[in-house]
Amino acid sequence: MKNNIKILILFFIAVVIASCARSQGKGGAFHSSIQIKGSDTIVNLVQVWAERFVEVNSTYNIGVTGGGSGTGFAALMNKTCDIAMSSREIEKKETVLAKSKDVNPREFMIGLDGLAILINKNNPVEKLTLQQLRDIFMAKITNWKEVGGDDLEIVILSRESNSGTHMFFKEHVLRLGDKKSNDEFSPKSLLMPSSQAIYDEVLQNPHALGYVGMGYINNNVKTISVAVNAKSSYVYPNTENVMSGKYPISRPLYLYTDGEPTGVVKMFIDYALSAEGQKIVLETDFVPVKTAEGKKF
Amino acid sequence: MKRKIIDAIIEKIIFVCGILAIVFVVLIFGFLLKEGLGFFQDFGIIKFIAGKFWYPSSSPAQFGILPLIMGSLLVTVGACVIAVPIGVMAALYISEIAPKGVKDVLKSIVELMAAIPSVVIGFVGLVTLVPLVRTLFDVPTGLTAFSGSIMLAFMAMPTIVTISEDAIRSVPWSYKEGALALGATKWQTLRRIVLKAAMPGIIAAVMLGIGRVIGETMAVMMITGNAAQIPGSIFEPVRTMTATIAAEMGETVRGGIHYKALFGIGLVLFVITFLVNFVADLFLGKSKNK
Repeated sequence: MKNNIKILILFFIAVVIASCARSQGKGGAFHSSIQIKGSDTIVNLVQVWAERFVEVNSTYNIGVTGGGSGTGFAALMNKTCDIAMSSREIEKKETVLAKSKDVNPREFMIGLDGLAILINKNNPVEKLTLQQLRDIFMAKITNWKEVGGDDLEIVILSRESNSGTHMFFKEHVLRLGDKKSNDEFSPKSLLMPSSQAIYDEVLQNPHALGYVGMGYINNNVKTISVAVNAKSSYVYPNTENVMSGKYPISRPLYLYTDGEPTGVVKMFIDYALSAEGQKIVLETDFVPVKTAEGKKF
Repeated sequence: MKRKIIDAIIEKIIFVCGILAIVFVVLIFGFLLKEGLGFFQDFGIIKFIAGKFWYPSSSPAQFGILPLIMGSLLVTVGACVIAVPIGVMAALYISEIAPKGVKDVLKSIVELMAAIPSVVIGFVGLVTLVPLVRTLFDVPTGLTAFSGSIMLAFMAMPTIVTISEDAIRSVPWSYKEGALALGATKWQTLRRIVLKAAMPGIIAAVMLGIGRVIGETMAVMMITGNAAQIPGSIFEPVRTMTATIAAEMGETVRGGIHYKALFGIGLVLFVITFLVNFVADLFLGKSKNK
């Protein structure tokens, strides 16, 4: 009996030593891993950055997870990630909360994005004004025929409230930039867990209408042109129109760190802002930050 | 002598395990109360339960969970309407009618159904059932309470079948023999004697099935559409209480009002499942005493 216990203890010690030895890694090089969390809009972009970054600096591990900008900020404050991705600016109350938890968010603008309004390919509607979009998302317009489409009920797809895209859309389309407004998405709107889920539903449902980042535009779904009002021209969300500020619902994209970044975190952010990193921004259908410099958002 | 000591020790260990199970439930309830009650004090319990709008991240935030409760109930009731008749019939078939070979195969298949992860069920449902529901019933979107109900019925079925089957099998032979001897047909015996005698057990099975269904999260989150509206029919999107907690837990900062509100939902959910299990226990106890 006693012998058994001894053997068991020895075995556990052996396991612990073995696992320590393994984490030393190839050639004894020092391993370091960072966690990046937040906005679903740019999760694909950051994923590409992480892959290319690790190709060059093979001793590092980078974990990238989505979940929404709010999730990223919460993770930064709960200290479960090193970099938060966000498709909106950090709010004042969040900064206050962060400071109270001894976290000092530092902001890096990494690119620009236009919010694309997606509908099914079979939907004949081509263009909408901001006012029409607002009425649709507040369920004042409930049928496609009211905006020049077929006689079909509109299914509104929105993101969860932890999404930066959700917040931005609410502020700039539903409330039309009016800070005092209390307008909300209609309770009828379907809260989808990710941008991909919105895309998937639009792909197969001719009733559906949803908003996603420009990175999700492709030929299998239709992207609507948007005008500020009926008199102004309808603009399609592409790189030029977002860069020039013609597209009415565009926004900056950010990475946030706790305090001034150091070590790998700094290397990663430098890489993101480098010429090569910004080329990837363009490749993933967003707008590089360098070309938009000097333009006020 | 030695045996007695070992017996005593094992008895103690079992006793401690039993007590621990109770302690854990009490602790979970206590924790929910602690986090949830603070929220009720700040926000008001009536406003919470009867409020029609759920806008947790707006300012001022609105925390009304009536649509969420209605959503959960609608999906659960729908699942029961589908799962209970099929489940009870299947149990009856497995225990009374099926030949030995078929019975074993059916039983193991039903048990296997219980082992399918709910996220897999949800995923399959999302790809196959959701488009089908939309075209078949000509509704604007397939992400509806109805789709959720069907998927949940799948998940409740193994519980209902297994426990109903136990109840039906434990009906004494003498009942059946008596009925058959009096000239009743097999169907009459099944319907009037076996089913009736097994009823408390079957009701308990249904209640436990409901318990499983009302707490299910993953599949429901994927296919019910997550619209926090008071549903007008089963073909409309709904948002359940569980899906709300799961979807919003990540974004809340510990100690904030939104965080506490989610605990409030947890508390309501706990009370509901407690009631359901309590009723199931009542019936299960009744069937044992016979």
